[in-house]
Amino acid sequence: MAKENNPRIPVSQQPFKVQKPEDTTTIGGTISIEINEKKVTVPFGATILEACKENQIHVPTLCHHPDLCVAGVCRICVVEVDGMRTLQTSCTFPITSPIKIHTSTPMVRKARRHIIDLLLSEHYGECYSCFRNENCELQTLAKEYGVDNYTFGHITTPKFQVDRSSASVVRDMNKCILCKRCVRTCIDLQEVGCLEAIDRGHETHVGTFLDKPLSDVICINCGQCINRCPTGALRANDPSDQIWNAIDDPTKHVVIQTAPSPRAAIGEEFGIEPGQSFTGELNTALKRIGFDKVFDTNYTADLTIMEEGTELLNRLKKALVDKDESVKLPQFTSCSPGWIKFIEHFYPEYLDYLSTAKSPQQMFGAITKTFYAKEAKINPEDIVTVALMPCSAKKFECNRPEMNSSGFKDVDYGLTTREMAKMIKEAGIYLPEMPKSHFDDPFGDASGAGLIFGATGGVMEAALRTVYELVTGREVPFKNLNITPCRGFEGIKQASVKLENCVEAYKFLEGVEVKFIVAHGTANATKVMEMLRKGELNDVHFVEIMACPGGCLGGGGQPIPTSEEIRTKRAQAIYAEDESLELRKSHENPHVKLLYEKFLTEGPCSKLSHQLLHTHYTKRGKFIL
Amino acid sequence: METKLDKIKKRTGPVLFSKYTRGDAIKKVISIPREDVLFELKTSGLKGRGGAGFPTSTKWMLVAASTADKKFIVCNADEGEPGTFKDRVLLMEYPELVFDGMVVAGYTIGAKTGIVYLRGEYEYFLGQLEDYLMKMRDDNLLGKNILGKEGFDFDISIRLGSGAYVCGEETALIESLEGHRGEPRNRPPYPVNTGYLGFPTVVNNVETLSSVPHIMVKGGEWFKQHGTDKSTGSKLFSISGDCEKPGVYELPWGTSLYVLLQLVGAKNTKAVQVGGASGVCIPKNKFDRFLAYEDIATGGSVIIFNESRDMLHVLENFMEFFVEESCGQCTPCRIGNTKLLEGVRKIKSGDYTFGYINTLKDLGKTMQVASKCGLGQSSPNAFISILENFKDEIFFHNGNGSK
Ligand SMILES: Cc1cc2nc3c(=O)[nH]c(=O)nc-3n(C[C@H](O)[C@H](O)[C@H](O)COP(=O)(O)O)c2cc1C
Ligand code: SF4
Ligand code: SF4
Ligand code: SF4
Ligand code: SF4
Ligand code: FES
Repeated sequence: MAKENNPRIPVSQQPFKVQKPEDTTTIGGTISIEINEKKVTVPFGATILEACKENQIHVPTLCHHPDLCVAGVCRICVVEVDGMRTLQTSCTFPITSPIKIHTSTPMVRKARRHIIDLLLSEHYGECYSCFRNENCELQTLAKEYGVDNYTFGHITTPKFQVDRSSASVVRDMNKCILCKRCVRTCIDLQEVGCLEAIDRGHETHVGTFLDKPLSDVICINCGQCINRCPTGALRANDPSDQIWNAIDDPTKHVVIQTAPSPRAAIGEEFGIEPGQSFTGELNTALKRIGFDKVFDTNYTADLTIMEEGTELLNRLKKALVDKDESVKLPQFTSCSPGWIKFIEHFYPEYLDYLSTAKSPQQMFGAITKTFYAKEAKINPEDIVTVALMPCSAKKFECNRPEMNSSGFKDVDYGLTTREMAKMIKEAGIYLPEMPKSHFDDPFGDASGAGLIFGATGGVMEAALRTVYELVTGREVPFKNLNITPCRGFEGIKQASVKLENCVEAYKFLEGVEVKFIVAHGTANATKVMEMLRKGELNDVHFVEIMACPGGCLGGGGQPIPTSEEIRTKRAQAIYAEDESLELRKSHENPHVKLLYEKFLTEGPCSKLSHQLLHTHYTKRGKFIL
Repeated sequence: METKLDKIKKRTGPVLFSKYTRGDAIKKVISIPREDVLFELKTSGLKGRGGAGFPTSTKWMLVAASTADKKFIVCNADEGEPGTFKDRVLLMEYPELVFDGMVVAGYTIGAKTGIVYLRGEYEYFLGQLEDYLMKMRDDNLLGKNILGKEGFDFDISIRLGSGAYVCGEETALIESLEGHRGEPRNRPPYPVNTGYLGFPTVVNNVETLSSVPHIMVKGGEWFKQHGTDKSTGSKLFSISGDCEKPGVYELPWGTSLYVLLQLVGAKNTKAVQVGGASGVCIPKNKFDRFLAYEDIATGGSVIIFNESRDMLHVLENFMEFFVEESCGQCTPCRIGNTKLLEGVRKIKSGDYTFGYINTLKDLGKTMQVASKCGLGQSSPNAFISILENFKDEIFFHNGNGSK
């Protein structure tokens, strides 16, 4: 992940700027060193950890994470370097001279054992009742190093109260090992900065501003900290028991909608390599668990495109034809609830730039408890709507007070991929073995455009496929509809498409170069917002922002661990599935067309659609009292 | 009438407390190239007085050689080691040495900015220091084109610390200056490469900088005549504890503990803690050891314990200090010190096994090599040395202790 100078990150944690000396030991940018008596050549400036990895030597880590800046605090990765009095941490040490490294000496092994033992002595928690059991870096290390008798004792009473205040994230600092990955995630990747080490010495702990509950600070609920925590100290707020209760209650009609990203990642929870989708298998599993209907969130993703695309065209018309100067452009996407809370806190003065369209999750809730209830002749009061999401912020979103336009709570529960996997396992199902099945009517299978919402750039790509065709009457001029400038994990992507030979209704757009920006991770969002503040986005029309690195496929509810490599594979799975589909444009989704014929008869952005599918935002600001 | 300052100026000593007139060193160096300044410094053999003993000329040379557009000289006046108070004496009574030393450093390494990181508790004489800097500016010893030297601009600002011992550690100090939590950084890179705001930075102790003007005026060879071969010059010692005349003394390096104890009128001495809480505890039978980098290296804190002191209690005190003062970022130091303190308390209550005490000593050795900074690396010193040297008293109650 590219990291630039961020003044809020201590210099110590920023990447080491290696000054290459021009001497003979560095020919071709490489350097010869010795690891465990073996001569190897490694890139000049690589860390010892990288050098070891390249040479198939495993060095344990805890505070290191491939997405984050360095910390060097856990000290588990220490190795011996000839000529140095103390052990050196391999995750921080840049190789700039021909050193000799030893990774497994008695001193190193003893130090590592001591460190694990020390961590365990203060670690209050039992593995068998912990959601990270069998997927915990601390547990794995204790096993690998045979640390099994609490040499330095073991804490028997909790030191901290578990913070359950947030709708999204639960913090149990009794299991925290102070690796500060969460702190770095929050400030470095997300530029939120609501977590920091507090107090000193033995009292040090990770906390929020004045140790307030997480719900009372500027946390955007993205859950990225959960995905990078090596232990069970951070987890999502799990509603699965309430969902089981609803399933078991015969008077309730329980429907679930599944977002595009969980299906591309849930296999990982069952030991499958990243990069394989389980869409059909998941449908079957959910029905076997007892959900009455299984719907595809991609359906409302298609609906979002219709609403949001129409909104964009309306704004363009107002700006270009009516010369209305109050129109806010570029229009920003609004489907990532982490991003919404971010802009509400950090850039409240720009809320009018957001599309008023709700996220697909919330649209689905509203449609289910109105249109579907009517069609299926079920009292909406008896419908329980569950959303399977890659996201922890969706839990907060469905609890927002304004999200009850159906007259009921539109979405009752947001469930993460991890929690779903647990429910499936609890039901005695091994997902990869399931036969495939389709989504249920009346919403059926959706388009590939809705599916790619899961990857950063996906909303933009889906919108372009539709808007371009509505305006020009032709398909977007990209091979196989794959709008490649929207794809990939570059932090901020910019591109444009020219509109030519427009159909009659959109003649006002003739020759307009539609410029768009795609950003993911709120650190990049900050950069885009600063560009907006400086007036650098005056000629841009549409901006997609996702709060999580990689987009939803890297969401805070996705399987742990995460890394760019894993996220790349998930993205490949999503794009491959899109290409395999017949239906790849939102406006061609027959079920969406049907909805506009039967229910939202006045079309996109009409009065009823505004009532059900659009929303408003709250100015929150950075200071919360 | 004799003023308070005149009275104090009666301090005498071979090097630091010898005669020096404000501005002399600056006048001298601006007339010679910086290579010559570095050469003089190298000849003197001056090593850092803050504890680590790194050769000062090497540190300056590394920064002087850098082509970065900004460089900094930081004076470490955090003086947090228990039992040290010699930097205060220099700052209050000999500001001309400290500040002239900084100006010389600025000239030599090519820095335009000097920063004094002053211990928060010293705020009461901050005003006095600021006044002194104003006078220097009035006399063009600071500011633009200092003493008429074209292009030599340098100024000094003073920043207050906020009371954490670890902020005396040079990289934590820099973090603190930058407005972050005072936590030591990873090394490499070192401050001479990536220091304050990412620029090459020299961090020197008050006493190190105070030695520089004398060297510049009187020469490196003169400086070298004092002290031992490997420890040139003299050292200020802050002496406290059980003695008649505690205070700050300037003694040449190589002075033995015997001589020192006699000088300050210490009687019935059982042990001497050299180097503060992170130093080592020397028992009576080793008082022939001497103070120098090659034997007992120290930043200058000397605490004297007589026969009436309970060494286990002394140790408990030190360990409590570290449990509180660790910055808390790295595992060996944050939790390790807690375990060592628990161990001391176990010994106190009689609830221990020798096996466990040995395990803790082992842990101490891990802390010495695996901690991130000098604090964690040196905090087990007292634990290991006191339990070794006072075994009889502590475990068998038949030493000279007052158990
Ligand atoms: C925990 C800790 C505390 C320290 N406190 C001080 C201090 O108060 N004053 C000081 O000059 N050096 C202190 N040091 C040493 C500095 O890190 C650094 O070595 C010194 O400022 C360098 O200056 P010198 O080369 O002139 O000695 C401390 C080191 C550690 C590890
Ligand atoms: S965090 Fe890890 S080590 Fe701790 S209880 Fe959970 S699984 Fe076990
Ligand atoms: S959920 Fe996101 S914003 Fe909240 S603490 Fe975690 S990383 Fe920070
Ligand atoms: S909460 Fe997790 S990520 Fe954060 S410091 Fe603790 S163990 Fe590390
Ligand atoms: S050794 Fe102690 S003071 Fe130094 S970085 Fe580690 S925890 Fe902080
Ligand atoms: S992994 Fe290197 S110090 Fe934590």
